[in-house]
Amino acid sequence: MGHAYTPGLKVSDAADFVRSRILPIPGEVLVKQGDEVGPETVVARALLPGNVVTSNIARQLGVAAADIKDLLLVEEGSEVDKGQAIARSKGIFGLMKQTAEAPTAGVFESVSKVSGQAIFREEPIPVEVKAYVGGIVSEVEDTFGVHVDSRGTMVQGIFGIGPEVSGPIAMAGDDPTSPLLATDLKESHRGAILVGGSFAPLDTLRACIQQGVKALVIGGIDAADLKELLGYDLGVAITGNETVGLTLVVTEGFGQLAMSAKTHRLLADKAGQTASVSGATQIRAGVMRPEVLVPSEIHQIEETEVDAGLMHINSTVRIIRDPHFGALGRVADLPAEPHKLDTEAAVRILTVTLKDGEHVTLPRANVELVDERI
Amino acid sequence: MTEKIRSILATDCGSTTTKAILIELTDEGYRLKVRGEAPTTVEKPFDDVTVGVVNAVTEVQELAKRPIIGEDGLIMVPQKGDAGVDLYLSTSSAGGGLQMLVAGVVRSMTAESAERAALGAGAIVMDTISSNDKRQPHEQIARIRHLRPDMILLSGGVDGGTTSHVAELAELIGAADPKPRLGSSYELPVVYAGNVEARPAVEEAIGEKTALAIVDNLRPTLDEENLDPARDEIHELFMEHVMAQAPGYDKLKSWTSAPVMPTPGAVGLIIQTIAKQRDISVIGVDIGGATTDVFSVFQGTFNRTVSANLGMSYSISNVMASAGLENVLRWVPFDIDESELRNRIKNKMVRPTTIPSLQRDLQVEQALAREALRLSLVQHKEFATELKGVRKSRDISEAFNQSGSGNTIVDMMALDLVVGSGGVLSHAPRRVQAALMLVDSFQPMGVTTLAVDSIFMMPQLGVLSSEQPVAATEVFERDCLVILGACIAPVGSSKGNKPLAHVRLELPEGNQEFDITPGELTRVALSPGQTANCHITPSKGVDVGAGPGQAFQKTIEGGEVGILLDGRGRPLHIPSSAKERVSAIEEWIENLDLYPRST
Repeated sequence: MGHAYTPGLKVSDAADFVRSRILPIPGEVLVKQGDEVGPETVVARALLPGNVVTSNIARQLGVAAADIKDLLLVEEGSEVDKGQAIARSKGIFGLMKQTAEAPTAGVFESVSKVSGQAIFREEPIPVEVKAYVGGIVSEVEDTFGVHVDSRGTMVQGIFGIGPEVSGPIAMAGDDPTSPLLATDLKESHRGAILVGGSFAPLDTLRACIQQGVKALVIGGIDAADLKELLGYDLGVAITGNETVGLTLVVTEGFGQLAMSAKTHRLLADKAGQTASVSGATQIRAGVMRPEVLVPSEIHQIEETEVDAGLMHINSTVRIIRDPHFGALGRVADLPAEPHKLDTEAAVRILTVTLKDGEHVTLPRANVELVDERI
Repeated sequence: MTEKIRSILATDCGSTTTKAILIELTDEGYRLKVRGEAPTTVEKPFDDVTVGVVNAVTEVQELAKRPIIGEDGLIMVPQKGDAGVDLYLSTSSAGGGLQMLVAGVVRSMTAESAERAALGAGAIVMDTISSNDKRQPHEQIARIRHLRPDMILLSGGVDGGTTSHVAELAELIGAADPKPRLGSSYELPVVYAGNVEARPAVEEAIGEKTALAIVDNLRPTLDEENLDPARDEIHELFMEHVMAQAPGYDKLKSWTSAPVMPTPGAVGLIIQTIAKQRDISVIGVDIGGATTDVFSVFQGTFNRTVSANLGMSYSISNVMASAGLENVLRWVPFDIDESELRNRIKNKMVRPTTIPSLQRDLQVEQALAREALRLSLVQHKEFATELKGVRKSRDISEAFNQSGSGNTIVDMMALDLVVGSGGVLSHAPRRVQAALMLVDSFQPMGVTTLAVDSIFMMPQLGVLSSEQPVAATEVFERDCLVILGACIAPVGSSKGNKPLAHVRLELPEGNQEFDITPGELTRVALSPGQTANCHITPSKGVDVGAGPGQAFQKTIEGGEVGILLDGRGRPLHIPSSAKERVSAIEEWIENLDLYPRST
């Protein structure tokens, strides 16, 4: 067999990317097609319906739900103040009347003649969507938002945490194989997208937060440190809403893992330029990986995108599980028949020639394609 | 029509892997020809589940040495000459499966029945809202808005009962005005299966805001559950609304010869068929990448639970978080650095399609599988209960018994058969590894037959059984269900270190006799196809199925593993000190020939 499918993360200095910036409900779009936007440009805004407060006013008045509509003092759909009388019972011979009051300020939406339950909606909650990445508005989705087109450097990480941020890229050092120590941090890293090397221990992560680093891009972290940082053990990789004060993009995995030379080089080339970073990860359906995007106008290097996940003889691959985790190599053979591993499992395998010339045989599932020459 | 079908291709798009099987009509009837698999392609740059399907089918056609995919890249249906297949079917749990919110008036009654209906239909239940769930209405509304389910099942009240509580629930849903998870351009499907008299109120509250479907009450009276109409409607709406929104499904739907079925729904069909055909109590477990489904049939009642975040890849880190490090480590037969273990597990979580190629890696994954299985059975037992709220007539002895209605019907002593499915069980390099994972995690009592889905094809056969029941049964019996053997596990303790039970196996070549010793786990060969009449005499106070101290007799089917004589006790006793634990596990590994000896 000449080729096989394998997944891979995108690391390119000449990628086209489109980011949809969509409101959760219809609202107002503030930019138009063709507009140039920056990461902080607010592109759409909406008012989320306010929180709902319920109150069973029929029960409060001691009347049947079917009768409640006749006792209303305020029409459904009206604005009300907190404590305003909404309905009043007829009492006995006009005496001992009971009054039901609005439990909150907002709109008295409705009352049910079946249950007697009244629904009050509080003030709307404003929500804004920013462009996140610098580029051109290529499409407007009426009342919902826009699509922002951009080109430039794109680095997908394997795992991340934290919200979208933007800032200038700062390199912590020039060696992708060195760990990042707390003592490596400088005052100039405040507000920056900091690119480290192979590993950031917990005290470095905490120092980044203290120093005001917006985002850290790093080869690896320890799972135990992540637990400490978050305050809980992350069970499922669905992230992006963490509020630890730092957006984190892990490029290789958990443990001490040298950052891919290409990733490090691409980001180093963009030092000082504004990058947009998202830690959002969703390793489930509709997979999302964390990313670093650096828009640029000039394509200096030709597109070298991986060929849609097809692995051939001589494709460059990275090994993504022990043994040889992190090693780069070239595909030497892709036999069709399953082979037995040390575990005795019979799986489809490939042979990879590592940089030092060693040949290793691995399950095909344990490599990913990289568009890197070795 | 059956005789015209010469070949069947069935795929199952799992959350991690897409599996394809090719079934062909041979002189012996329908048989599995080959299988193939490829990673499920929900990740960019593909974002299209059919890419994974084509990759898996490509492997099938390479192994079958005949074309199935045409030059246009589509599966060729019907078969022409040697090319293509007559029938193409698929199940799917990719796209996160079917995620539902259920609501009912009383938590332990209609809400629980609604949960059973949703789970039986193959859904993941995101939350259950009820009038007595101790949340304030505004909190319930906030929850409904936040969850964005694919579908809501609303129930409540027996027919002719009060309508106001059901109306209140419908009003809460209306006030929340929930949006579906996938795509905001269509209305959220809501199935109403409650008190018939509350239908007008429900229609008024949510008829215009949602795609409301009304079916028969799933709890028409307190002592009756009628889940089928709700389940059928859920299936219908799943195909119509939900699947159409997921990437590539519109394409997949257009390829298949019958509607795409949710994977768990298909596995449930097969488990029920086994229980019915053999008239036995069964537990089936399907341990996937993201979720673990447990199915059971006890006393003729089918139950299914989904442990949404217990799985072997996407959710593996959650297995560790839920079970705790100590519980995972008790199954690992070597010392391992905690930090290294945590990193390994997280790396599997972020690269879920990788597989262990080292012995130790495999052992760690199998340890985690034990915990995922154990926890999912705990959840299943809590859920698979008698109907709650049913008034029972009791005799005087029962009146002194504190157990009320709602006891679990999962009785591990009455269990006849455990069937394991899912990559970690079906693909375990040695079948005895799968057998021991099932025994360690489920801890069956007395005499229990152990089986696995040979190559993980129960989902495909489930969907096939709805279209071609003959073909499904033939392939299931001959190619899918692999009997591993049996486990004999006495419950109770004997005095001193005396044997827990004495076992006499009557075989055609003569009798064999064994003792089951406390703390020991041993294996006796009984080949596939062989049966043995098994007489067990327990020690005083020890139960093997007929009551404490009572002799028990049963015919046992042989298998690739044979008979496991498990004297480790129930609940299973594992030494707490690391040194003693490693030594005990090493002994069990040795006795059972669990792993290659080089490690």
